[in-house]
Amino acid sequence: MDDGIHIEGLSKRYGEGDTAVDALKEVNMCIAPGEVVGLVGPSGSGKTTLLKCLGAVIEPTRGRMTLGGEVIYDSAQGGWKTPDLRALRRDRIGFIFQAPYLIPFLDVTDNVALLPMLAGRANADSRTRALELLQALDVQHRAKAQPSELSGGEQQRVSIARALANQPPVILADEPTAPLDSERALAVVRILNQMASQYQTAIIVVTHDEKIIPTFKRIYHIRDGRTVEEAGEGRDIS
Amino acid sequence: MISLAGRDILHSWGKFVLTGIGLGLLIGATLTMAGVYRGMVDDARVLLTNSGADIWVVQKDTQGPYAESSSIRDDVYRGLLGMSGVAQAANVTYLTMQVRHGFRESRTMVVGFEPGQPGEPGYLVAGRRLLRGHFEAIADVKTGFKLGERIRIRRHEYKVVGLTRRMVSSGGDPMVFIPLKDAQEAQFLKDNDAIIADRARTATNPALNRPGVPGLLDAVTASQTINHSVNAVLVKVGAGDTAANVAQEIRRWKHLQAYTREQMEEILIAKLIATSAKQIGMFLAILTVVSAAIVAFIIYTMTLGKIREIAVLKLIGTRNRTIAGMILQQALGLGLIGFIVGKISATLWAPAFPKYVLLETADAMRALVIVMVVCALASTLAIRAALKVDPATAIGG
Repeated sequence: MDDGIHIEGLSKRYGEGDTAVDALKEVNMCIAPGEVVGLVGPSGSGKTTLLKCLGAVIEPTRGRMTLGGEVIYDSAQGGWKTPDLRALRRDRIGFIFQAPYLIPFLDVTDNVALLPMLAGRANADSRTRALELLQALDVQHRAKAQPSELSGGEQQRVSIARALANQPPVILADEPTAPLDSERALAVVRILNQMASQYQTAIIVVTHDEKIIPTFKRIYHIRDGRTVEEAGEGRDIS
Repeated sequence: MISLAGRDILHSWGKFVLTGIGLGLLIGATLTMAGVYRGMVDDARVLLTNSGADIWVVQKDTQGPYAESSSIRDDVYRGLLGMSGVAQAANVTYLTMQVRHGFRESRTMVVGFEPGQPGEPGYLVAGRRLLRGHFEAIADVKTGFKLGERIRIRRHEYKVVGLTRRMVSSGGDPMVFIPLKDAQEAQFLKDNDAIIADRARTATNPALNRPGVPGLLDAVTASQTINHSVNAVLVKVGAGDTAANVAQEIRRWKHLQAYTREQMEEILIAKLIATSAKQIGMFLAILTVVSAAIVAFIIYTMTLGKIREIAVLKLIGTRNRTIAGMILQQALGLGLIGFIVGKISATLWAPAFPKYVLLETADAMRALVIVMVVCALASTLAIRAALKVDPATAIGG
């Protein structure tokens, strides 16, 4: 597979010698563009470490990662392919957090437009792109609102819009439905599926949420740093 | 790119303004301290200018009438008038004392002068000049005395016939001008009880009360009662002569100390208020350090309150320099608000100070630069903390 997310033999070891801990052990994953997969596992299983490696926030110990058809890390060839991990995160990876973590002093439009602006796009273009995304996520009527004026569901939709702002091939969602009730949680998953399909983005959703796990067609279980792939129920939530 | 700092300030403007007001009051106090020093210097210069003299002739080996006690005979001026280059010469006395007005007292410097001669107040803001030889006074408005009021100096009452402004001593005490003869009496004459006691002592002294020398006792008693001393003679130099040359001649031939305007300014500013200047300088240094510490603490606390947002900003690709710029701009914004509040505060409360406070534009500009530099330096602590934030902390709850 060329596009989407492709992980081969990814390992991460913390510490050295007797105190070393292997947080990830030979993890393999493959997610196609437009696909949304679940990553589930108990606390301490390595979910967050995997997300940090994929998010180019920490360096894996070994393995190979391809995002959107481009190798971003290969331990056999010296590690990261680009020295500017900040630009890599900005341009090729979208992040959705457990709490929306919107910037409180920017209005909804500028929260979304900030990423294209950071990438060097003109303010007007960035805002146009932000308004398109807000419309796609049905929160365009809150475009001028401050984050504190939004409901939890609206905030999460804005954070999804922000993650899509630079049209990244990959979105990493860390417990995106944790603070939401069932109805809103399912609505968020529905939106993620729509966006993945519409923008051909590969999305990994790290979750504990029993409400949304049945909606995934594929699930990666992670335990003691190893992943096991299995088919999900793929319950229809449209 | 939008201004993150500007948006943050607009978002929490109340917090910024309140913090800025607090900082501004501190900056206002700093500006006022500088103004107090400038006021002292200006008072000294105005004192010299308003005296209308080019040379101050005082007792030998003294620093002049404003810095030290000086006593010279009141006929010295006649000899000075005969010297080449001297256009005018007049006696003056200076005495700092409490002047009573009803049940109220004012700390003033009482000046004795001769009308129409150097030492007379240069201008009046109300009333008239002294026309009578005794018991009239001109007062600085800072004394609080009104035209027509009667004030008590030692044993006599004086009617306030004129008011003047910015006539204060080097210590900031407002001046009251009275005729020279009255001032000499107020300064040098003893009270009645002391005079009687002195006369009795003289009468019992066999050397001064010899049986075979009639009139000796009366002559001695008269010389003790009448005083012919003044504190200084103010000299105006004629056209074509320099004060330095005339002062040199006076020192040479009259065995008196003579100071030119520049020398008196040196005594007043460099010597008389030197300790006060150092004191104010210390206060200014402390206030600057305190202001810097407060700005550093505020900006650091505000940054710590945004750690999660900073982690998110870093994770989504914001450059370190953008984050550092945001914090720096906020610190400078806070400094600017503080400076504006401080300048306005100092301007508003300066007139209420008992001593003259001179707020110079150049000082304000210097203060603005110092405030900005201090704020920039103070923000480095917060910038350091922000740059240390690990973007990974945004992931994983």
